[in-house]
Amino acid sequence: MKNLLNDQNFSVEIKIKEFSYNQEVLFKNFNFILKSGEWSCLLGGSGVGKTTLLRCFAGLQTEYGNIEVSCSDGGQLGTRISYMAQNDLLFPWLTALENITIGNKLRGQKIDEEKGLYYLNLVGLLKNKYDLPDKLSGGMRQRIALARTLMENRQIVLMDEPFSNLDTITKLKMQDLASELLKTSTVLIVTHDPMEAIRLGNRVYVLYERPGRLKQPIKIDKNKPRQITDTNLLELHAQLLNQLSFEQNNGLET
Amino acid sequence: MILIRALIIFLSILLVWHLITVVTEAPPYILPNPKLVIKAFISNSDLLFFHGLITLTEILLGLTIGLVFGIISAIFLAYYQTARQWLMPILVVSQAIPVFALAPVLVLWLGYGMASKVAMATLIIYFPVTAAFFDGLRRTNIGFLDLALTMNASQWSILRHIRIPSAIPALASGFRVATAVAPIGAIVGEWVGSSEGLGYLMLHANGRMQIDVMFAALFTLSFIAIALYYAVDAFLTRAVSWSPETHFNIKKD
Repeated sequence: MKNLLNDQNFSVEIKIKEFSYNQEVLFKNFNFILKSGEWSCLLGGSGVGKTTLLRCFAGLQTEYGNIEVSCSDGGQLGTRISYMAQNDLLFPWLTALENITIGNKLRGQKIDEEKGLYYLNLVGLLKNKYDLPDKLSGGMRQRIALARTLMENRQIVLMDEPFSNLDTITKLKMQDLASELLKTSTVLIVTHDPMEAIRLGNRVYVLYERPGRLKQPIKIDKNKPRQITDTNLLELHAQLLNQLSFEQNNGLET
Repeated sequence: MILIRALIIFLSILLVWHLITVVTEAPPYILPNPKLVIKAFISNSDLLFFHGLITLTEILLGLTIGLVFGIISAIFLAYYQTARQWLMPILVVSQAIPVFALAPVLVLWLGYGMASKVAMATLIIYFPVTAAFFDGLRRTNIGFLDLALTMNASQWSILRHIRIPSAIPALASGFRVATAVAPIGAIVGEWVGSSEGLGYLMLHANGRMQIDVMFAALFTLSFIAIALYYAVDAFLTRAVSWSPETHFNIKKD
């Protein structure tokens, strides 16, 4: 069994006419396209609405605005996305294996244990299959969350600062693993960390101002994950940091 | 270790009690000394066993029925706003009426038999179970719900696989409280009107100045209540072992 995702030839477009929360307009006439098979990274100051935008893609933010999300091939988005949050969101009462196969259970399908074990093996945690999340380290938990995302086998993966709670070395390892296993997926990853964006993104977007706007994306063509020692990357990193700190100093929040 | 500690506490209480009877020279019909009570305990063991079993049955039935009704009510309250608006005030008001005051009415309606005592125990535990479980159901981690939605889960499977399991620790706390108070319901019911059970035996013995028997009945009741509480506690701790208690007195290096 190979992790072959289905046809990837479609992009996803979000159009937000208006989105306000607490009488503040976060987005107005906002358009954003996720290119198929690419990793898009979204950076921006805290409180600018990165997570909100991601949640709009996931269909979790329908109450406060007029949001339209569509796929270029006319397919339904709801069955094509999977979601990975900052917190690993493992159910503490379920074992590692049960956590990975929870999607089956929630949809009332037959639980595909074999496939679950395959992905558990892929993230290197086969021996922990019967462990409760409580017993595992932060890195291990995040790997299980990644295996659960893979198990869902969706074309679009939305990640909200998935590695921000990990220590630096574990974080680098997780980035390598995720980019290897989600090579062919369309990914939107919200992050605070410019280095993460530079390592993983095909396009790096910076969200700023209120209502939110996007800067011209930085395109990076090199193969992922890129090595942190690459001098070109360090240059990009510096450029991105400049942009971000400029926005922070002139933007809404200090 | 726990057993040894319990035994030491028990023996110390007996010793203090014995000393009090010796020092105060209280007559046995006011405060019998432990030896008399133990004697009464042994000579009436059949009687105590019979009445104890009745009371235990009432408590267990009350706990079961109260638990079932509590769980159903909490789910109902959590899911239907209208139910919440109309039933919550009634629930709260119902708690303002002391169960003791209801006992005569229940005996009048349900008779001298077991039904009125079971109803009392059920009433007394219904509220803690409902309140605790309802609270737990409302506090589901919002991230879990988001995740479930992106996995295209139905409302029903969210309830069954996410909301209910994550509310189990809260339900367990409510049920612990319920186990501790359930004997009150059964005993009060027996006091008000019955012909069986430890509450009846205590009143009966008291009326005939058999204070030693009364104390023996009291001890049997305490034993039942404590054993039941620890059994339930041990079971619940094991059942929700995924949500371990954190200790207050963690040693720092």
